[in-house]
Parts: sequence; structure tokens; C-alpha cells
Amino acid sequence: MNAHRPKFDKADYYRGVRMTPYDLIKEISIATVGILVVVLILSAILSSPDVPSATIQAWAKSDPVDFVTTAASELSGQTTTAQYGPPYTTGSGSVQSIGPIEPQVWAGVHVAVNAPLDFVLQPLSQATVGDQTLASALTTFNDASATQQGKWLAAYDQALGSAQLVSNEVSVPRGDYGPVPVLMSRLLTLARSGGLDALLLTSDHFYQTDYSRPLLFLSDGGYFEGLAQAQDLTGSQWGMMNETGRYPGQAWLWLYTLWYQIPPFSTASNADLLVVAVMTLLSLGLLLVPFIPGLRDIPRWIPVHKLIWREHYRSMTK
Amino acid sequence: MSEAGDLGSGGGAPLPAGGSTAEGEPGWTAALRRRLDGRLPLEEVLPTRQPAFVGSWVYVFGVVTIAALVWVLVSGCVLAIMGSAWWHTSNLGHFFNSIHFWSVQMFFIFMVLHLWGQYWGAGWRDGRAKTWMVGVVLFLVSIVTAFTGYLVQQNFDSQWIAVNAKDAINSTGLGGFFNVLNFGQMYGIHVMLFPIALTLLVVLHIVQVRSRGVVRPLGDPYVPDTGERASTGAPR
Repeated sequence: MNAHRPKFDKADYYRGVRMTPYDLIKEISIATVGILVVVLILSAILSSPDVPSATIQAWAKSDPVDFVTTAASELSGQTTTAQYGPPYTTGSGSVQSIGPIEPQVWAGVHVAVNAPLDFVLQPLSQATVGDQTLASALTTFNDASATQQGKWLAAYDQALGSAQLVSNEVSVPRGDYGPVPVLMSRLLTLARSGGLDALLLTSDHFYQTDYSRPLLFLSDGGYFEGLAQAQDLTGSQWGMMNETGRYPGQAWLWLYTLWYQIPPFSTASNADLLVVAVMTLLSLGLLLVPFIPGLRDIPRWIPVHKLIWREHYRSMTK
Repeated sequence: MSEAGDLGSGGGAPLPAGGSTAEGEPGWTAALRRRLDGRLPLEEVLPTRQPAFVGSWVYVFGVVTIAALVWVLVSGCVLAIMGSAWWHTSNLGHFFNSIHFWSVQMFFIFMVLHLWGQYWGAGWRDGRAKTWMVGVVLFLVSIVTAFTGYLVQQNFDSQWIAVNAKDAINSTGLGGFFNVLNFGQMYGIHVMLFPIALTLLVVLHIVQVRSRGVVRPLGDPYVPDTGERASTGAPR
């Protein structure tokens, strides 16, 4: 006898069970070819979704007022990103917690973003070559006190409420805005040329793969959300599990997305953290089903198994 | 054992019959071989006989899930080899993306059916709790793998998903380490780390299923051997 024979004796376990010939490799082969055929047919007939990505250039061209309004808010530090909190800033605008549990704060800032500098002033400073007006406006703005900058930006922000597009330029009523209109006009020009898309990716390295800054900037404006609304992708439209067009998306996220549609999650300011906590608990529950009384007994109470093994039960009664 | 070691079969302890069990031999390698021999002999890896109740349609879902995963991996390899932008500029690339897309959909449909089948059959019974747990981990890892795949499509959908998902991940404190806005990080994770983890978990899951066999039907429980043996052709 083999001293290392496993404790589990499969032959004993299947005692009384009728054994039949079985061809595992044939079954796998047929399944693999079958799935390939189905997938090829679906791919040939239905293709797959690929709505082109949004760009800052397209934003500046199609909705310049929204672009300038967002850029001015970035400069004054009033946007969602500017006030977000960790991991982008030291603010607290988007920090979520459950009572004293604040993992977002505990983790700290790891993807530092300085909205006025990163989204407006730094890109503009790289576009001053041959543009004395811009260089002068930048100097004026940077040399002004924070109070003065705030006054210019507050007045400009208010004026943007009645902004119009005149000769393809964003025009606001006369007022004391200091160098802000020049900065915004040049940033709009830079964005329309596609230069801002590239400048927001710029770092000390030649190769770029981190799109944090351009995506955060895009998401602060109304243009980006408008595109998503048109594709039925917003949160109230079960967006996380949807795909552009009429394609199936991540349908397996239905339960995760469901919580956002119902109270208290739909109205909570810390909805994300609450939903993550609930889904973590539910996932643990699924993992530990074999050990949870009640949950593990449901299959005995609701006899779906009689459908699964109906042939076996029929043979038992014979 | 002498200081110089054994001289092949001419010296030291004789090799075990067939050289397969490493019986009595010391060391980690021998221990692993004994464990593999005991738990997973070839007749269990590639069985030619199974209990008749395995003929139920519910057992097909697991195999079809693996079949779909094969095409997810094959199409994913082609997309990775040709580069992340290829499928946006080439009809052939777009077709391979479609294969990847629909394979993933098939993979999830059949994995969920497999999961429900195992739940309603209480597949964790008779010492199979670990098999169930590895299956659930596989399900969760698959969701994260697919999620990173949606993030690296380089189209509007990936932009929108990234911007929205960041808030949930940031709220947990993980946003600075798993930055969904960082394409390079998500791409590496999607094409390398998660597929390897997924494949290893699938292999482990299959080994678990094969080494212990499928669970007996509910209502026809296993009764420990009392010496009486049924003559039903069950392999010994």
C-alpha cells in the first residue's frame, strides 16, 4: 500500500454511482471550436464599439465658452479637481469617509495636481515664444497679489455668465479683469491648435503614458459630461455598466451600479465609499458561502438541483 | 549517504519502482513529487470515465468558460503584439478587437452560469469549499481584469470609465497606487499581471476539480465506506 495515498478516496466517494465513458479532450475541443465560431459570427456581424476619444482640442472648438469658463475656474482653484483632496491635492472637496474611517486621507497625496499651475499657467508659459502680449500678461498676473488675482478672476467668472462668441472669440462685458482675458484667449487658441492636449502630458520624460492631468481637466468642464449623456453613460443612466452605442458593456457590474440608483446611496456624499464597502462585504459573503448557515442551505430548500440532476434522480427511483 | 553522494543506481538506496513516487527519498523535490503523485495521477487529470450525472448540461458551462478564455487570451496576445493603437487604425485590428470583445462577453456569460450552477448544486460539499473559494476569487479577478481592459481601449468609453471609477478607488485610499487615469499603468496590469494571475488561478481551479472529482448530487449523499462495496464500475 502507498503510504502517501491521499485521504480522499474517490472510488469510495462515488460508490453506488453509475460510471460512464467520458472524453474530456473531445469536450474541450468541441467547446473551443464552438465558441470560436460564435465569436467570429458576432464579430463579423456586430463588430465592436470604438467611439473616438474626447480631446481638449475638440472641446475648445465645439464649446469655447465652456472651455474658457472651466479654465478660468481652474486658475482660481474653484473646480472639482482643484479642491479634490487626496490623491491629487491637500484639499477636502471630494474626500469621502465613513465616520472616523478616512482611507482617502490616510493614503495622502500621490498624484499631485496643482490646477492653476498645471492646467493654465505652465502651458501658457511654454507658449510665450514670439508672443510678447502673452508674456507680459503672465508677468502681470504672476506679480499681482493673491487678493488682486482673486478680484480679477471673480469679476471675470461673473462676466462669463453673459459671455458671447464674437468672431470665434469668447467676449465678455467690459470690466476690470486685469490680464485674465488675454490669458484665456491665448489658452483657447492653444487648445484649438491641439497644443494643450500635448502640453498637459508634458513632464520631465520623453515618453508619456499618464493621462491624469488632461482627463482631470476634461472632466471639470460640462462638454465631457454632455458627450457621456448623449451615450447614456452617466451615473443615473447606469453608466458604469454601459457601453457606447448599443453594445453590451460590463453587465457583470450590475449589482455595483444598482446601489448608486437607490437611497441612501443615491443621495449620500460618500456614496462611492459606501458602495465599495457594501460590495466588499457581499464579495466576502459569496467567498464564504460554504461556511454561512442559511446561505449554504438555500440550494436544499429551493430544489433547482432536481432540474440539474433530473436524470440521476430518475435513475435512482427505478 | 556518503559525502560523495550516490553513484547512480549502483550505490545508495534503490530507486522506487517506476521512479514515480519518490518513496522514502528526502528533500523538497521528492516531497512535491509524492504530493503530486498522490493527489493528481494522470488518470485523474485526463479521466476516461465519469459519474453518469456529469451528463447534465450544467457541467458544460465550466468547460465553455475555459474555451472562451482561450480566445480571450489568443486575441489579447495578437492585440498586445500589434500595439495598443493598432485596432483603431486597421480593419484587421478592429476585427481582432471584436473577437476579444465578444470572447470576454462569452467568458462572463458562461462563468456566471457556471457559478449559479455550482451554487444551486451546492458544489462546495464534501470537502470542496476551497474549490468554491478559488472559483469566487477567479470571478472577482476576472471582473478587475475586464475593468482594466475597458480602461485601456483608448477611446471615449475608456476615458469616461476612468474619470468615473477614479472616485470610488480614490475613496478607498488606493487611487494613488492604482491610478485608473494612468494608461501606462493600467495597460501593463491588463496585458501582463492579471492574465498571468487569471491563468494560474484557472489551472489551480481545474486541479482542485480534477483531484477531488465533481460533487455528488444533493439528496444522494456520500455515505462512508462500511466494508460493503457496490459493483458499479467505480474505479479503484
